[in-house]
Amino acid sequence: MNKVTEEILREVSDWNGKEFDGAFNIRENGQCAGVRSTENIRIEPKEGGRGIDIYIAPGTKKENVYIPACVTVGNIDDVVYNDFHVGENADVTIIAGCGVHSDGEGEARHNGIHRFLLDRGAHVVYKEKHIGSGTGVGLRKIDPVTDVELAEDAVLEMETLQIRGVDRTTRTTRGVLKDRARLIIHESIMTDGEEYAKTDFEVDMQGEDSAVDLISRSVARDHSYQEYHSKILGNNRCTGHSECDAILVGEGKVNASPELFAGNLDAALIHEAAIGKIAGEQILKLQTLGLTEEEAEEKIIEGFLRG
Amino acid sequence: MLTLKNIHWTLPDGEEILKGIDLTVQTGKLTIVTGPNGGGKTSIAKLVSGLEHPTSGEIWLDDVDITDKNITERAKLGVSYAFQQPVRFKGLTVRDLLMLAAGGELPEHRLCSILGKVGLCTQDYIDREVNASLSGGEIKRIEIATVLARKDRKLAIFDEPEAGIDLWSFAGLVDVFERLKKKGTETLLVISHQERLLNIADEIVVVADGKVRAAGPREEILPQLLADEKVGSCPIGKEIQSDE
Ligand SMILES: Nc1ncnc2c1ncn2[C@@H]1O[C@H](COP(=O)(O)OP(=O)(O)OP(=O)(O)O)[C@@H](O)[C@H]1O
Ligand SMILES: [Mg+2]
Repeated sequence: MNKVTEEILREVSDWNGKEFDGAFNIRENGQCAGVRSTENIRIEPKEGGRGIDIYIAPGTKKENVYIPACVTVGNIDDVVYNDFHVGENADVTIIAGCGVHSDGEGEARHNGIHRFLLDRGAHVVYKEKHIGSGTGVGLRKIDPVTDVELAEDAVLEMETLQIRGVDRTTRTTRGVLKDRARLIIHESIMTDGEEYAKTDFEVDMQGEDSAVDLISRSVARDHSYQEYHSKILGNNRCTGHSECDAILVGEGKVNASPELFAGNLDAALIHEAAIGKIAGEQILKLQTLGLTEEEAEEKIIEGFLRG
Repeated sequence: MLTLKNIHWTLPDGEEILKGIDLTVQTGKLTIVTGPNGGGKTSIAKLVSGLEHPTSGEIWLDDVDITDKNITERAKLGVSYAFQQPVRFKGLTVRDLLMLAAGGELPEHRLCSILGKVGLCTQDYIDREVNASLSGGEIKRIEIATVLARKDRKLAIFDEPEAGIDLWSFAGLVDVFERLKKKGTETLLVISHQERLLNIADEIVVVADGKVRAAGPREEILPQLLADEKVGSCPIGKEIQSDE
């Protein structure tokens, strides 16, 4: 592993510099830089190094899986397919950080295509942090595609965070939910400079009493631009909630277009959206506590993205 | 000591909100500003904390002229203000806010002691977000706590601390003000309509129609106020009418 990878790992996947406390697969510039399976979690490479299959045994409890991916040089366009097969009633945490680094003129791109196939009653917490770094002019791109299939009573909680340095990102998430399955997504994203970020969700609640909760917090600074599109389909007795909050700073722009489709009388779907600059009174209050205007703005944004 | 010298505040549209306020608030005493709604009490608090700037006049904190200082500079000099309308923050927790107020880490026992003073149980509130989910009384108490958490306070302004707060917690608050007064180290300015607070004031200032209508020791001002209340007129109302 090179130095840049090590730094990225520390930042995106809580790496302590020694080893991960569970199964892992580290991907560096399109190749495998380390892999370990455990008794309950088997990681198998796909043919041709195109990605991995992760098999989590039924009933596995409280284990972690790390699958960080780093692109540390320009002129790399890494596409990877990771499939998570999560057995019945397993309860695990997956930590999937991704960093793209470019010091030159070449473009650095990582495109992770993740499939989550959760069996009955499985519970997965999925944490994903994206960063871009380096001084190069080459664009840093991350374009994750996530496909989710939740069987009866399965629960997937996704927390995604992208806070700096990624020039272009398009995040696509699709989900299909069976009876009583629940999908909870917390997305936090901040763009600055000339960055562009697009988020596209589509969740189909097919099962009875299935539920979706989609919470997006975003900050668009400088001249950055964000697009947000969510589509929640309620095709049974189900509950869907989406909340999109965006803060604009400077010349930032946000286009949010939420969509709800109710195909059943008992589908209860709610959407809330708010876009605007930081409330002036929030800055004033923090100034009365001794912060400068800039410090106040930073604290408000930090809290907003964390919350 | 806080001194306001001939403060005028006129809005851009020409409306005059404060019409020549002269006021001295002594350190170590409890001064209560009262008066009818819309009289200009909060406006005074905003001008003192730097949220607004006077059109003319001077504001002094002890021997420092703070008239031209900005909000942050005043805060660093020890000015603190508990808003009448508390501000809500999506994402910031009670702990975050109190730590910002204290200017750094706050040990758990300090957090407990501060929240205890406003009648909140630390365990229940410390990790709550200061967002719309808090009730009116809860957020008001947290607002008061942000002032109590400030270090090196020289001046504390509480704008209608009683608003929305239940009777039991209010008794605790009265106690807090009395203790602060006894400590005698800071200048205390409480804006209030509450008789219970007026009863523990050393000095009472009546502000109406952008002017100081009366100011003096409680023994002198309070009986007058209560007499006015009985006949249902504005506090120190005759003077207002005689102006028109
Ligand atoms: N920014 C502003 N724009 C317009 N009018 C204002 C502004 N600030 C204050 N005012 C007006 O100035 C007057 C004094 O307001 P202020 O808030 O100081 O009253 P108050 O004495 O605190 O009243 P209350 O007891 O209701 O809190 C009111 O008529 C109010 O509408
Ligand atoms: Mg007021």
